[in-house]
Amino acid sequence: MSRLSSSPRISSGLGVAGAALLAVAVLVALAAPLIAPWPPMQIDLRARFTPPAWEAHGVLRHLLGTDNLGRDIASRIVWGARISLGVGVAASLLGAAIGGTLGLCAGYFGRGVDAAISWLIDVQLAFPFTLFALFLLAVFGGGPGPVVVVLALATWVNYARVVRAQVMALRGQDFILAARAVGVPSGRILLRYLLPAVAPAMVVVGSFSAAQAILTQAALSFLGVGVDPSSPSWGAMLDLGRSYILSAWWMATFPGVTIALVVLGANLLGDWLREWLDPLAVSRR
Amino acid sequence: MTGAAPLAEMAGVSVRYRRAGRLSHGLIAIDLQLAANATVAVVGESGCGKSTLGRVLLHLQQPSEGAVRFRGEDLTLLKRAELRRRRRAMQMIFQDPFASLNARMTIGETLAEPLVVHGLARWRDARPRVAAMLERVGLEPGVAARYPHEFSGGQRQRIAIARAVIAEPELVVADEPLSALDMTVQGQIVSLLASLQETLSLTYLFISHDLPLVREFAGRVVVMIAGRIVEDGPPDAVFATPAHPYTKLLVSCVPVPDPAQERARQAAAGNTSTIAAAEAPDHAACPFRSRCPHAMPICATMPPFRHVAPDRQAACWLHESS
Repeated sequence: MSRLSSSPRISSGLGVAGAALLAVAVLVALAAPLIAPWPPMQIDLRARFTPPAWEAHGVLRHLLGTDNLGRDIASRIVWGARISLGVGVAASLLGAAIGGTLGLCAGYFGRGVDAAISWLIDVQLAFPFTLFALFLLAVFGGGPGPVVVVLALATWVNYARVVRAQVMALRGQDFILAARAVGVPSGRILLRYLLPAVAPAMVVVGSFSAAQAILTQAALSFLGVGVDPSSPSWGAMLDLGRSYILSAWWMATFPGVTIALVVLGANLLGDWLREWLDPLAVSRR
Repeated sequence: MTGAAPLAEMAGVSVRYRRAGRLSHGLIAIDLQLAANATVAVVGESGCGKSTLGRVLLHLQQPSEGAVRFRGEDLTLLKRAELRRRRRAMQMIFQDPFASLNARMTIGETLAEPLVVHGLARWRDARPRVAAMLERVGLEPGVAARYPHEFSGGQRQRIAIARAVIAEPELVVADEPLSALDMTVQGQIVSLLASLQETLSLTYLFISHDLPLVREFAGRVVVMIAGRIVEDGPPDAVFATPAHPYTKLLVSCVPVPDPAQERARQAAAGNTSTIAAAEAPDHAACPFRSRCPHAMPICATMPPFRHVAPDRQAACWLHESS
């Protein structure tokens, strides 16, 4: 980490920028029916390949142009925010539930439990994930539900590793020993003592994992196994635009830029949260 | 220690750690019996195994060998859930009260927890008992809604003590409960511990390195060095006429508030810096041999623990004259 980026003032500015980017994306997703100028699926074959408004032959009605079926790019990006963000957040939360539980158990119980869960983590990390995801989605079909599950299977490792390491450090501390001495059952020690102590770290991992999930989801759509290809998802738009990259550059460019901005926002926010919630962890590096 | 059955007992307890392939000893062949309603102090230098002794007695740490009995029942043989239920009767107070309290739980929840987890109350109806306990340790009942960081060190230790005794245990291990507190607060906490012992008939294992306090507070003192108990007896007698050269060294390290006596004390104590010197452990030998002014060839074998008076025991070859 460079000297510049670890300076609190500069990084908090970037953190606010990241939060703002995400806030805009969330507002757009929530208000999609109000701000999208066109229905996202409306086909208008006479308006196919309309370039963005500022290009020659562009029209103001289609600000960012239209695709090969005459659907409005801007409207599809606005509606796509619902799918991309929804799936990204859902996958990140499900990953947190799985990874948090496994990480807590591995770190607290140690021994056999830890060995089994660590083995699972190693297997997951060693496995070519995209291949695994392609296989699962090919077998169980696409749609938001299976995609969320598959993405959660990609992100749980992030939580499990961080939580396990933190719990191992906390396990020997006096307040845990005191709880054991009082006779507090393990379940309550995990939920009321350890979980609150690792929650800040999980929030940080969560912001990075959401970014990873959004990106992976776009990649899956790009490969044609994501959510329903006709529904407006940013990855699917990118995939479609790839075929026309030379004749209609706007079809791939705008969804691509959107993905980049949202992922950047989530990562900036994550960096900032990490410094804000856990200043020691950053200065120790 | 004859007569009535002891409340708690350690028999042949050893703790060994394997660190980086090398075996190191936390406790070696500890035999200790605690009579009900007594206060037994454990003294010794840092790292001698005092804290380990306390943790093993409460079975927070598994001994490598030996039996740890509470009311005649061997804790090392109990199942996890059974052991957890026994914990109501045996509690612990830590050196640093802030580190031993959950920073994210209110005082009320912290104090109600022992009652709830042992089925003595439910969360809803624990409040009056928590309030009574807070008053008993000298705090306002209203502080139940607050968090540990809002209190001073002495108040936190009162809270930690309240948590330890609220479920009315029989045995309390206090691991240097005063050393994080300043002098005036220490006195208040000692009287609190003494009055709780009286009303609740507590048995204390009091781990400390404050010899004058031990003399005032404990009815019996156990001196430890390198994981072994080397002397055992009433504090007045043990500190006045130490039977073990190591106890003599410990006693001579207590500062005396008189410049002339203090100079004489320092001269007698010799080079105290050797106390911290680490030596290659030889578990067959007396652990004090390399620092002992009376070291003899026979000290290469560990001396047996023998009675030197009816109520005193020591492990030193100096007392094997016969």
